[in-house]
Amino acid sequence: MRTILLFFYKNHFVFIFLLLEMVSVGLVVQNNSYQKSSFLNSTNFIASNVLFSYSKVSGYFGLKRTNLILAEENARLRSQSVLSFAKYQNNHLVYRDTIYKQQYSFLNASVINNSINKRNNYLTLNKGSDQGIKPEMGVISSNGIIGVVKEVSPNFCAVLSILHQEFRVSSKLKNQGYFGSLIWDGIDYTVGNLHDIPNHVEVLEGDTVVTSGYSSIFPDGIIIGFVKSIEKQLGDPYYTIQVQYSDDIKKVSQVYVINNLFKEEKQNIENSADNSLNDQ
Amino acid sequence: MISNALTFSLRFIFLVLLQVLVLNNIQLSGYINPYLYVLFILMLPFEIPRSVVLILCFVLGLVIDMFTNTIGMHASACVFLGFCRPFVTLYNAPRGGYEFGASPTIKDLGLGWYLTYSGILVFLHHLFLFFIEVFRFSDFMSTISRVFVSSFFTLLLVVLCQYLIYGKGK
Repeated sequence: MRTILLFFYKNHFVFIFLLLEMVSVGLVVQNNSYQKSSFLNSTNFIASNVLFSYSKVSGYFGLKRTNLILAEENARLRSQSVLSFAKYQNNHLVYRDTIYKQQYSFLNASVINNSINKRNNYLTLNKGSDQGIKPEMGVISSNGIIGVVKEVSPNFCAVLSILHQEFRVSSKLKNQGYFGSLIWDGIDYTVGNLHDIPNHVEVLEGDTVVTSGYSSIFPDGIIIGFVKSIEKQLGDPYYTIQVQYSDDIKKVSQVYVINNLFKEEKQNIENSADNSLNDQ
Repeated sequence: MISNALTFSLRFIFLVLLQVLVLNNIQLSGYINPYLYVLFILMLPFEIPRSVVLILCFVLGLVIDMFTNTIGMHASACVFLGFCRPFVTLYNAPRGGYEFGASPTIKDLGLGWYLTYSGILVFLHHLFLFFIEVFRFSDFMSTISRVFVSSFFTLLLVVLCQYLIYGKGK
């Protein structure tokens, strides 16, 4: 017993090293799972407040550009509003609308922390569970998609960026309708790879890529980017397509968080379909 | 001793804030991200027990992780750095050993010694960090090039900081 204790004491440096290394690698592995709550991230009290006050200062430098984007968006929305349509007929009917039911609601938020140069990138937003944000909600900007909410605290949330190896979004070619999944390969932050588009489809450079709406996170038809280059490989029935993201993630400051009001219903019906298959 | 502890804590807070608020936003060509915060570990005096250094490394890494949403990555890389430090100082000892009370700075031990010491440690830290971030060996060349480029810039900043703090060495 004495010799064992002596052995531990003599080599305590190595043992402490192994212990701490196992703890931290364990944290990494545990955190790699897509959905996990942990207090040691940028949504905790100290980190989020430091980042928030920093973004209050740094926000001033992007004000001009942000105002421009918001003004453009306002103009676009205003042109779609009822007031900008002239009345065409005098005898119009008043009816309760039962054809349209609202499926998505949007909440605006500011980016207070952002990165693009790592293999796995995250953003932090200044809204959290108190404002109704839940994990797995989609995040878009006025120019394109940004990511998916991963973790929330009362006033902040961490967003898995499209520049993350776990992030894949079901997307389709706007004019063809063929769908595939978009993944970032970790090299250029402005370019992603679109997989699973069969190579009999005619794809042209500059084609628009949008979300497919199959995922219940993003609505149908949100712009992702434009086809940059197309490669056909021998023996591979699918194209390798590079997509130029429509938004510059490095500069994004105002975003919208999407709440899908039908999400639970959709997941329930899909799960019960799965289960009834398994039962048979 | 108390004034020493105060200096270390202030240096810790300063380097963490510098790293999180300034350096993490520096993205030269999308590849280069200097991690200057390792300077805190590089500057710890030789007299601090090795196991205390390890624990300090772990805490430093965890704090950086908190801000960057990379829980465990910086912590593990820092602990690895703390583990390697005694071996590097041992094999890199100047002729006749270290003088009593010497600290790992350019001023006390010269530029040549310091470049070897911090160069090896910064490279090992970045190697560990970038590979645990990617967590696979498939993009080996792109990862290793990131390691080299980022290590170079970190080393440059580390040496510059030494001159800023202590003035010109011997």
